[in-house]
Amino acid sequence: MGRAVSAARFKPGDQVLVKMEDRPGHIRTPWYVRGKRGWIERIHGEFRNPESLAYGGDGLPRRPLYLVGFEQSQVWEKYDAAKDKLFIDIYEHWLEPTE
Amino acid sequence: MSDAHDKADAHDHPRHELGHYARRIYAIRDLLLEKKILTPQDIQEQIDYQEQRSPANGARIVARAWSDPAFKARLIADPKAACAEMGIDATSLNEFVVLENTEKVRHIVVCTLCSCYPRPILGRPPDWYKSLNYRSRAVNDPRGVMREFGQDVGSDVEVRVHDSTADIRYLVLPLRPRGTEKMSEAQLAKLVTRDSMIGVVDALPASAARA
Repeated sequence: MGRAVSAARFKPGDQVLVKMEDRPGHIRTPWYVRGKRGWIERIHGEFRNPESLAYGGDGLPRRPLYLVGFEQSQVWEKYDAAKDKLFIDIYEHWLEPTE
Repeated sequence: MSDAHDKADAHDHPRHELGHYARRIYAIRDLLLEKKILTPQDIQEQIDYQEQRSPANGARIVARAWSDPAFKARLIADPKAACAEMGIDATSLNEFVVLENTEKVRHIVVCTLCSCYPRPILGRPPDWYKSLNYRSRAVNDPRGVMREFGQDVGSDVEVRVHDSTADIRYLVLPLRPRGTEKMSEAQLAKLVTRDSMIGVVDALPASAARA
């Protein structure tokens, strides 16, 4: 169960950039959104970190998990339905602020 | 492994007819029983638990939400509590979110990384949900995927894809079909298909309840 977030770095409406990182492990940030810009749609809560849990770790400290929205036309070059959107759950340590 | 188990369990197939993984599963089960880590009752209880998780749960929830606006509001505000009201145990879900379709917005759910799925509400995911084809195309061509399922989405409608990659599980609350105003919850539930709760299609038309 997700806990209420005590110290969230982002709030709904903030513009964010998904980090473009490449490292092995049980990473829950799909490749196709790394390096893409989106916005914080909602704060889901704090959850144990799956990158640690998957290897028998305790997943602590818990990480804030956000629902991040993207314009489909910004994610895919040839996407032509202008209003369509994509939402993904992303942990805070995969996000950085952007202007 | 005992000889008795070799004869005719495993859905009544003699064990030598089973594939490698099935034989391995039964061997592991036998070991767990022999070492008294599990009892046959433990296994049966788990089978019963798995079997009671089916799209019929989701259909009941959706039909209630269509019939009772106050329930719908509770379902969207606190989905697990609303499930509990109906005797549906959603506590094993880390976090559960209901996505309401409208005339202007359609939601579609995918897990591009694996097969995350709201199992207590919808049972086991269909094979296509886990296929590489669906997992890759649901995000970059959701309208094309929906068209293949028989659902044309107009250009005035916004499509929202939810890639369920972490601790959240999503259920789509489809639009209530036209012409169903006088239907009971039980009749409405017949219109709520598994696929409509994943979001690849709308619920069935009113005529389907009379079939």
